[in-house]
Parts: sequence; structure tokens; C-alpha cells
Amino acid sequence: MKRFLGFVRKEFLHIFRDPLTMIIIFGIPAVQILLFGFVVSTDLKETKVAFLDLSKDEITRTLSGKICSSGFFELGADLTGYHEAEHVLRKNKIKAVIVFEKDFGRRLISDGTASVHIIADGSEPNMATLITSHISAIIADYNRELAGAGLQQVLLVQPEVRMFYNPTLKGQFMFVPGVITLIMLLICALMTSITITREKEFGTMEVLLVSPLRPAQIILGKVLPYFILSFVDVILILLLSWFVFELPVKGSLALLLAELMLYILMSLSLGILISTVAKNMQQAIFISLVGMMLPTVLLSGFIIPVESMPMPYQWVSKILPPAYFITIIKNIMIKGTGFLYVWKETLFLLVFTLAAIGLSIRNFKIRLQ
Amino acid sequence: MKVILYLIRKEFLQIFRDRFLGKAIFAVPVVQMLLLVPAVTFEIRHVNLCVIDRDMTPASRELTGQLEGSSFFRITRKTFSEEEARTMMHRNRCDLILQIPEGFGRNIARGIPVPVQVGVNAINASNAQLSWGYLNGVIQTYNLNRLKKGAGMPAGVQLQQVSLSNRYWYNEMLNYRHYMMPGVLGILVLAIGFILAGLNLVKEKESGTIEQINVTPVKKYQFILGKMTPFLLIGLVDLAIGLTIGIFTFGVPFQGSILLLFLSSAVFLVGVLGLALFMSTFARTQQQFMFTGFFFIIVFVLMSGIFTPLESMPLWAQKIDLVNPMAYIMRINRMIMLKGSGFHDLRNDLLALVLIATAFTTLAVWRYRKTA
Repeated sequence: MKRFLGFVRKEFLHIFRDPLTMIIIFGIPAVQILLFGFVVSTDLKETKVAFLDLSKDEITRTLSGKICSSGFFELGADLTGYHEAEHVLRKNKIKAVIVFEKDFGRRLISDGTASVHIIADGSEPNMATLITSHISAIIADYNRELAGAGLQQVLLVQPEVRMFYNPTLKGQFMFVPGVITLIMLLICALMTSITITREKEFGTMEVLLVSPLRPAQIILGKVLPYFILSFVDVILILLLSWFVFELPVKGSLALLLAELMLYILMSLSLGILISTVAKNMQQAIFISLVGMMLPTVLLSGFIIPVESMPMPYQWVSKILPPAYFITIIKNIMIKGTGFLYVWKETLFLLVFTLAAIGLSIRNFKIRLQ
Repeated sequence: MKVILYLIRKEFLQIFRDRFLGKAIFAVPVVQMLLLVPAVTFEIRHVNLCVIDRDMTPASRELTGQLEGSSFFRITRKTFSEEEARTMMHRNRCDLILQIPEGFGRNIARGIPVPVQVGVNAINASNAQLSWGYLNGVIQTYNLNRLKKGAGMPAGVQLQQVSLSNRYWYNEMLNYRHYMMPGVLGILVLAIGFILAGLNLVKEKESGTIEQINVTPVKKYQFILGKMTPFLLIGLVDLAIGLTIGIFTFGVPFQGSILLLFLSSAVFLVGVLGLALFMSTFARTQQQFMFTGFFFIIVFVLMSGIFTPLESMPLWAQKIDLVNPMAYIMRINRMIMLKGSGFHDLRNDLLALVLIATAFTTLAVWRYRKTA
């Protein structure tokens, strides 16, 4: 036991003496949380639009005024003809051209209808859908105004909306669970696989193997520091998102921490498994990044919704442990549900962990080639 | 000049003698294109809806029928229990709950306004807003239809309506693959150039072979150029592979000039390689470089506008993006490929890339020390 503790101490020293590792463990999560929280957003903010007003009357002026004063849009240019639309959109500063047809006001009054046409820059589909949906909301508002109070009473079905789980519609609710999932995988799987393969590459593994420490103790000693560090890391992320974004933990904290430990354990066993397969650090890095991080970022549903992906991608996401963990953590943190709602996912993680440990034991070789 | 050529030859030999690296160079563009491009789509095909219809009259069935008829909503469950609906939302089986109260049909027939409750799963805020918008649209259409049928149109009210139509230029069907492909090309070039070049230099440091070069009369700039050129060429070859796959597999149109695309990617690559070599002078081990590199790549990519529009970022972030080469190449690639923008439209972005490339390369030459 004393021998083992000495070994663990050596591993801790390895980590603490490398300032870069420390920066990675504590700096990357902080920066990611802040980046996602403040930078990655899809809201429209004073998006530049151009108007092509072929009518130039009172009503078109009112409507364009309404669009520009909504806070979503800003007047980028006033065009005089269709040929200019192509030009301004190609310059990329203006994202949409709003066209009022000829005799707009007169038609509205005499025919009861007049049309607005939007030409949106489809090279950015997110932006384009947002632009058209915001403008159509503004126009629907205007239509209601036109119809006057008389119509209000005949619009009989009046929907009342309630936003569950996230009443203020914060974007951060979506990605904090994702960042936790990703960071744990990064630290536990990637870092442990690298430290173990490094010992192999530098030949120091041989020294460890001939020492009286048993193989299981070596592996355990290697992963224990990372287990502790990543746990501290999670607590830091939770505190950070609580203080900066006021993201609470709605469900039971004890359950959340228990699930986190299970996930950390799973990531560590994945890291060990990778290290038994990889011959050197470069391969370990490659396997971890391409085989693990990339699918996690893409297919776990933390940035990109999985439901709209092609079928094979959805199948892969079904066997991806991080995807299950994101469901668990979202349920506990944001929805506040109990163990009953996440036992299936937990069971999957457990089985996966055991399988990874089993495979690593089978692959682990005491003898060097 | 001859010295540089020898150095380049040495690099190529070294790269292709490494069996793993030699294969990875050609595998990465294929994998990235086939994996990333189809995966990234923010399109919402359908939303699962749970209906609590306490009324069960023809009027309420007409409303739910209209929802069922829209391809956007999929009614996964009809129930009478609010409890059950909430459980379904907890379990992620539905994202919307529509509650029609008792007496809905009767009150509507009498002209009394009826509130209906809508619950939205708002964990994903933007999806929540969008699906609520669609649902509200269906309800408003239902209202208007009743009006048009003459059910209680008060005298003196004449309906004046502004109608709206729209078209999407450059990407008529809002195909996300067309949007992602140029962006993924940027990531491809960034990842290949940055990681290969940086790791290469650090490896020489780790194994001590850099000493052997340091004692030769090779000049600093020759050394850096000799390191950059092979990776510049590899990056451009990978770009060509990625581009071919993208165009033939996903049918992404190519409107602009291929030459311009390669030219701007080359300038971008010089900047990326300069930065990689600069940073590698700080790292002692490959592991250190990988982690810092990984970190930079994440920041560059997230802030480049690949998933989210640059214009939505706070002003300070937009200022930081002035030195983010990824933000420029993302825009340039999309503009050339999808819009057919020419040199004239892109000149400011290109100029910025040239400045960034010059700055990073100068830094790399300056930081590199021949003395250990």
C-alpha cells in the first residue's frame, strides 16, 4: 500500500510540475464555457438588410421603419433596382433584400392585399431562416394592427405559451452539459492514454514493470490522479456556470455527482483501453482525437441536433457513451428528474465501462516486445 | 535556394517514410468530408407533439387535424392526463404539449375567446422559439380560416393583409451541406497544416535531430521555409482531394474561380504554418504542442462563424476575430463557392490574410533560435 501511495505521489508530481497540463486541465474548461456562453450565439442582432422600395409611399415607409426599429435589423442600403440586389448580397455585408412591390399602398387599400418579397442569402441557412421568420412575425403584427381592435375579438383561439425548463430561453442550458461531457473525456481518456503510452515510448514503463508494483497497481496509480483532478474540474465548471450564467442544478446533487463519477470511470477505462492498443503517443493522440473526441463533438447532440442527421449517424450516436451521459446530465441538472428517468442510460454506461476494463485487461502485456 | 530544396526533399522523405503519417495525409480529407459535411445540419425536420384534448368536439378535432396535416408536427401521443404529458417531456418523447380545455368548441361557437395552453421544451432555446413560432402560425391560420368562413366577422371590418413571399439566393433549398462544405474545407486545411507542421518541429526537438541542423550553415529563414513548403503543398493537395469529394459526393455547386480559392487557401496556410512553427518553439514535447494546438483550433473554429453567424457575436469577440485567420477563410470559401464572388469582392479579406500570414511567419523566424 505504501509503495502504491508513493507511486500515486510520483504521478501527481508529474502532472503538477508540467504547467501546461495544469493549464489544460483548468484553463480549457473555463475558456470553453465562456466561449460558448458569450460568443456562440445564433440571435439576430442588427443584421444589415437592404430595401428595394418600388413604391415609396407612406405604408412601405412605416413597414420598413418597423423592421429597422425591431432591434433585429439595421438598414444597410437603399436599392433602386433588382440588379443591385445581386451586387450587395455578393459583397456579404447585407444578408437580405426586402422588396416592396410597385403601388404597394394603393393595392393594399384598394385590393386589400399587397406583397412583400424577401431575398435572403441562402449561403447561411440558419441566418436565412431566422431572417425570414423574424420579418414574417413583424408583418403578422402589422396585419393585426391593420385589422384593428375589431379583429382581436374574433381571433378566438388564443394560445398561451409556457417555456419549460428554461423560461428565459438561455442558450447556455444547451451546452454546459455538453462541455462537461467533452472536457471529462478530454482529460480522462486522452490524457491517461498519453501518460501511459509516454512511459512505453520513453522506456520508463520497463522500469515500472520490473518494480515490485503489480500491473493493476501501476494502472490504478496512473489513473487515480486524473480521477481526482477531473472531479475537481467538474465542480469548478458547475460553480462557474452557476455564478456566470445562473445555471442551477435542479435535481439531486448527490445523484449528479455519482453519475459524474461513473462517467469519469468510463472515460478512464477508455483511456486505458486506447493505451493498450496504441504503440506510441502519436497514435494515442490520433485515436483519441479522431475516434473519440470528433464523434463526441459531432454526434452527441450537444451542438448539432442528432434527430436531423442521416440514419447511419443516428445509429452511431446510439452506441456513443457521451450521448447517453449528456441525456443523464441534462435530465438531472436542467429537468430535475430523478434516477428513475435515467436508469437505462446509467446501465448502459456501466456495461460499457465494464467492457472497456475487461478488454484492457485482456490486451495488457507485461512483457515488452 | 539549393539549400531550401534539399531541406524540402528531406522533409518529404521523412514524412512518407512514416507509414502512419503517409496514410493519414490522404485519409484525413476523405474522412473529414464524408463525416463532417452530412452530419452538420441545424434543420428541424419535425417536432414531436403531445396533445391533451379535453374537449373532443369537431372544433377541437379540426385544430388537431390541421396540426397533424402539417409535415412539421408529429403527434406522438394523445392523452387526457397532464401528468402523462409532462412525463413524456421529461423522457424527451415530445417537445411540445398542446392543451385544449373543456368547452373549447362550445365557447368558440358562441364567439367567446378560448385560451389554449402550449408547453415548450426550451432546453434548446432556438429550437423552442422556432417550434413555438410554427405552432402559433398554425393556430393563427385556424383563426383566419374561421373568419373567412364568416363565423362572426363583425360588420365594418375589412380585412387588409400584407402577404409575404421569400426566396433564398445561392442556396435555394437551404441545403446545409452546401453551407458546411466550404467551411469544412477551411477546417481541413487548418488541421492538417497546423498539426503536421507543429508536431514535426517539436519531434525534431524531442529526438534531438534539430541539433544536427543547427550546427549546419543553414540560415534561419531557410530552415523555416524548408519546413513550411512541404506542408503548404500537402495542405493544398488535401484541399484538392476534399474539394473533389465534396463536389462529387454532395453536389455542392462551385460558382467562382478555383484558382482564387487555391490562392486564398495558400495564403491562409502560410499564416497557419507560421503560427504552428511559432508555437512549436515554445513546446518541449509533442504532447504539449498537441494540447495547445487543440485549444487554438477549437477557439479558431468556434469563433470563425462556421456554425453561428459572426454578426451575432458580441463586439469584443468580433474584434478578436480580426486576427483569426479562420474567420477570413470561412467567409472567402463560402463566397467563392456559393456566390461566385470575385477578387474584387474579396480584396479586403485577402489583404487581411496576407497581413496575418506575414506577421506569423516573421514571428516564427524571429523566435526560432539556432542556439539551444
